[in-house]
Amino acid sequence: MRKKALWALGASILGLLLAACAPNASQSTLDPAGPTAQSEKNLFVPVFWIAVAVFVLVEGAILVIAIKYRQRKGRERMPKQTHGNTRLEIGWTIAPALVLAVVMVPTVSLIWQLAKAPGPGALNVTVQGRQWWWGFQYTDPDMKESYGSGEPITVADVLVVPAGRQVYLSLEAAGGLIGPGDPPDPAKADYVVIHSFWTPQLFGKQDVVPGRTNHITFAADQPGTYTGQCAEFCGLQHANMKFKVVALSQSDWDAWVQRERAPASTTVEGLAAEGRAIFLNPLSNDRGTCVNCHAIGGTEAASGAAPNLTHFYDPTHTCFAGCDFDTSDTEALKAWLRDPNAVKLGAKMPNYALSDHEIDALVAYLQSLT
Amino acid sequence: MKGDMASLSVQGARGGILRRPSATTGWLSWFTTVDHKKIGIMYGVTAFVFFVLGGLEALLIRSQLAQPDGKILNADQYNQVFTMHGVTMIFLFVMPMSAGFFNYLLPLMIGARDVAFPRLNALSFWVFVLGGLFLYSAALLGGAPNGGWFGYAPNSVTDPTPGMTFYALGLIITGIASTVGAVNLAVTIINMRAPGMTLFRMPVFVWMGLVVQLLLIFSLPIITIDLFLLLFDRRWGTLFFEAAQGGDPVLWQHLFWLFGHPEVYVLILPAFGIISEIIPVFSRKPLFGYQFVVFSGIAIGFIGFGVWAHHMFAVGLGPVANTAFGVTTAIIAIPTGVKIFNWMATMHGGELRFDTPLLYSIGTVTMFVIGGLSGVTHAIVPSDYQQTDTYYIVAHIHYVLFGGAVFGLFAGMFYWWPKVFARQLSERLGKWQFWIMIVGFNLTFGPMHVLGLNGMIRREYTYPASLGLTGWNQVASVGAFVIALSILLFIINAVRTQSKPKGLENEDPWDARTLEWTTACPPPVWNFDEIPEVHALDDFWHKKYVEDEKTGLPVPVQAGGAPEHDEGHEASGGHAIHLPSPSFWPLVASFGLPIMAYGILYSWWLVGAGALVLLVGFYGWAMEPSVAEE
Repeated sequence: MRKKALWALGASILGLLLAACAPNASQSTLDPAGPTAQSEKNLFVPVFWIAVAVFVLVEGAILVIAIKYRQRKGRERMPKQTHGNTRLEIGWTIAPALVLAVVMVPTVSLIWQLAKAPGPGALNVTVQGRQWWWGFQYTDPDMKESYGSGEPITVADVLVVPAGRQVYLSLEAAGGLIGPGDPPDPAKADYVVIHSFWTPQLFGKQDVVPGRTNHITFAADQPGTYTGQCAEFCGLQHANMKFKVVALSQSDWDAWVQRERAPASTTVEGLAAEGRAIFLNPLSNDRGTCVNCHAIGGTEAASGAAPNLTHFYDPTHTCFAGCDFDTSDTEALKAWLRDPNAVKLGAKMPNYALSDHEIDALVAYLQSLT
Repeated sequence: MKGDMASLSVQGARGGILRRPSATTGWLSWFTTVDHKKIGIMYGVTAFVFFVLGGLEALLIRSQLAQPDGKILNADQYNQVFTMHGVTMIFLFVMPMSAGFFNYLLPLMIGARDVAFPRLNALSFWVFVLGGLFLYSAALLGGAPNGGWFGYAPNSVTDPTPGMTFYALGLIITGIASTVGAVNLAVTIINMRAPGMTLFRMPVFVWMGLVVQLLLIFSLPIITIDLFLLLFDRRWGTLFFEAAQGGDPVLWQHLFWLFGHPEVYVLILPAFGIISEIIPVFSRKPLFGYQFVVFSGIAIGFIGFGVWAHHMFAVGLGPVANTAFGVTTAIIAIPTGVKIFNWMATMHGGELRFDTPLLYSIGTVTMFVIGGLSGVTHAIVPSDYQQTDTYYIVAHIHYVLFGGAVFGLFAGMFYWWPKVFARQLSERLGKWQFWIMIVGFNLTFGPMHVLGLNGMIRREYTYPASLGLTGWNQVASVGAFVIALSILLFIINAVRTQSKPKGLENEDPWDARTLEWTTACPPPVWNFDEIPEVHALDDFWHKKYVEDEKTGLPVPVQAGGAPEHDEGHEASGGHAIHLPSPSFWPLVASFGLPIMAYGILYSWWLVGAGALVLLVGFYGWAMEPSVAEE
C-alpha cells in the first residue's frame, strides 16, 4: 500500500517536473498522440523506473558507506584489509545481466514490430528533406494525378494526414543546384545531405539518408496539429528545419484532398493578377524568375527545386520556409520576399531586389492561392 | 662500428644546423626535453589551456541558449562554436590530459627511468600542440570547422567554408600524435617494468593505461582513413560519400563510430584508472577485486569495438543490426557495473579520509552511474528513436565524460600534485571547488534530460518560445557559469600553490600504495636512484605495513625492520645513470606536418616544404645518438 503511494508520488513529481516548464508540451516524447510514439514511450517508462531504482540503490549505498565509514575526528584506525570476494563478483556480474536480459525482450520485439510495413489501406507519402525545408508528395492512386497535369499533390512544411489511419512515409534526401549565376554560387546550392524526420508526439526519428529510402509507419489518434523538426545536423539552418503534422477528421480530409487536387485558381484580379504576372514572367533587368524554382499547379511553373505553392494559402498550410514563419503573417512573408537571408541566414532563395510594389503584388497573389 | 657512429655524431654537432642542446633548466629546456615528466607536465598545461578555451565556447553556447530566439550568435557562428567545443574537449583536452597523466606516471608506477622512446614522446607532444593550433588557426582563415565534432558526410563535404578541411587535416595530425604516443606507452608498459613488476602486480591505472593505448592503436587508423576520405572528397572531388555517384554517406558514420565508440573508453578509462588508485588509498584498504577491476577494463576495451552502431539506430540499418547492437550495448553495461560495485566494496568497511582526491573520485562514481543508467535507456532501441539527437543525449554524454572523465582527472590532479610539484593544492579551495562544480554540473546537465524528452534537438542554435523549453534552458545556462566559477577557483588554487616555495613536510602525504611515491617529490630526472624490485601488488604499502594474518589488520613495519631492501642505498645523484639527452629534432620534425597540411589547403610548394622539414627533422634525429657525448 505504502509502496504504491510512493510510486504514485514519484510519478506525479516526475510528471510535474516535466510539465512545469513545458506548458505547451507540443514536442514532448512523453505525451504521445499515436500508437508508434505510444509504444516507444511504453518501453521507455518501465526502463526509466528500473533505472531510478538502480540509481536509488547504488547512490544510496554510496551515501551510506560514505557516512558510515568516514574517518572520525582524531581517530587513527586501520580498517580490516579485504581483497575481494569471488561470490560477490559473480553475483554483481549476473544480477545486472539478468535485469538487462529481461529489458531486452520487449526491446527486440518492438524493434521488429516497428520495422514492419503497414497493411493495405495505409496512406503513402514521400517525404523529401531539403536544405532547410520539407516537401511532401502524396503518391496514392487517387492523389498522384492532380492539378489537371498528372502531378502528385505536393506541399511544403505541413504534412496533412487523416486521423486514425496508418501513414507510411518514404523518406528521401533531395536537393540540387538552384539559383542564378554561372557557375552556381556554392553557398546557394541546395545540397543533398542527411536529415532526420521526427514528430515526438507521433513517432521517433528515422534518418533521411541520400541514396536510401527509409520508412516510418505512424498514425495520429485524434485530429490536431503536431510539431516536428529535423533532428540530424544538416548545416547552417538545421535549427529552422521544422514542420507540422496536421491530422484531419475523415470529412475534413476528403475536403482537403478535393481542394489540393485542383489546380491553382486562374481567375485572379487586381493586385493579385499583377503578382501572378510577376511570378510567371522573368523579372525586369535580368533579376531572375520565380518559376525557375517554384511550381504552381495549373500554370507553366513546374520546377520542383523549391516549395510547391499551388495551395500556399490553404487553411491547413499554416507555416512556411521550414516553419520559419506563419503563412498568415503578411509582414513576415513580405520580409522574406525582400531578403530571405536577412530572415533566415543561408536560405537558398536569393534576394531578387524586389520593389515594395512587386512584393505587395506577389503577396496578394500568394494569398489568393487557397 | 661504434667509432663510426661517434665520429658521425661529432661531425653532426660541429657541422650541423643545430647544436645539441644540453640545458635541463630554463625555458629552452622545455622545447628540447625528452624527459617523460617534463613532457607530462607540458601535456597537462597545454590540455588545460584547451580546456579553458573549450569551456569559454561552452559558455557562449549556454549564453546563446539562455533565452528563446537568442541573438548572441548567429547560425554560422553557433555551428563553429559547438563544433570547436566538441573537438576541443575530446581531442585537445581529455585525450592529451590523460596522455599527460600516463606520461608522467606510467614510468614511475612501473619503476622505469623513462618511456621506451623518449624522443618519440617529445615528437607526439609537439605534433599534438601544433595540430591543435592548426585546428584553431581555421578561425582566422575563413572559418572554424562547423560540421560538428562527428563531421557527418555529406554535410561536412558540401559545406562551402574551409572549416571542415581544417578539421580533417587537424585531426589527422593529432591522430598521428596519439598513435605515436600510444605505441610508445604500450611498449613502455610491456617492456620497461622493474624486476618483479609482473602484469598482475601493476597498478590498475597502469592496466587502464595499457588498455587505452591498445584501443588507440587499433581505433585511430579507422578514423584516419575516414578523415582522408573526407579530405579527398573535399579537396579533390572524389565521391566516397556522394550517394548520387555510387558513394555512401553512411560509410562515414560506420568508420567514424567504429573509432568513436572505443574513443569513449579512451576518454573514460584513464579516469577509472585514476580513481582505482585513489579510492584504496583514502579508504586505507586494498582495491576490492583487483583482478575483476582489471578484467572488466579489458572487457570494456574489447566490447567497445562491438557497439558502434548504437550511435546509428535511426540511420535505417534494419532490425537485425539494431537488435544486435542493442544487445551488445546492454552487455557493455555489465563490466562497467562490476567496476562500480568494486569501488563501493573498496570503500565499504574502510576508514574514509575525505580529502579532495576522494571527493572527486566519489563524484566520478556517482555522476558516472547516472550517465551509465541513461546509457541503458539508449540500448532499448525504439526508445532511442525518440532520444537520439536530442538534449537527452547531450545530458548523457556529459554525465559520462564530464561527470566521469573530468571529475576523475581533477581527482588525479589533486592526488598527484604534491608528487609532481612538491607543493600541495589548498584542500579548502579544492573542496569549495568540488561542491561548486558538482552543483553547477548537475544544474547544467540534469535539466538537459528533461529538455531532450520534451523534444529539444541538439545542435540547434535557437529554439522558439512556443515549445516551452525556456525554463530548463535558463537553469542549464546558470549552471554553466557555476561550473566556470569552480574552474576559476581551481586556477586560483593552482597559481597560489605554485607561487609558494617548493617542499613537502611529508613526501608521502596520502600514505599511498604505489611505486611513484617511493621516490622524491618531484622525482629526479632519473626517477629512481636504484631501480626498485617489486614483491607484491601495492608494493610500497607492503613496505610500510604488514597485514596481520589473524585479524586482517595492517601493522606498521618497525623502522629498520622492513623487508630486505629499504632506504639502505646511498643516493647516487644519478651520475652513473645515462638518460637520453635533450634534442631539437622532434620539435623540428613536428613542424613538418602542419606545414604540409597548410600546403594541402593552399599550395603544393608548401607541401614540399613541409615534407622537407619532416625529412630533415628525421634525418637529424636518426644521425644523433640518443645520449650525447660527454
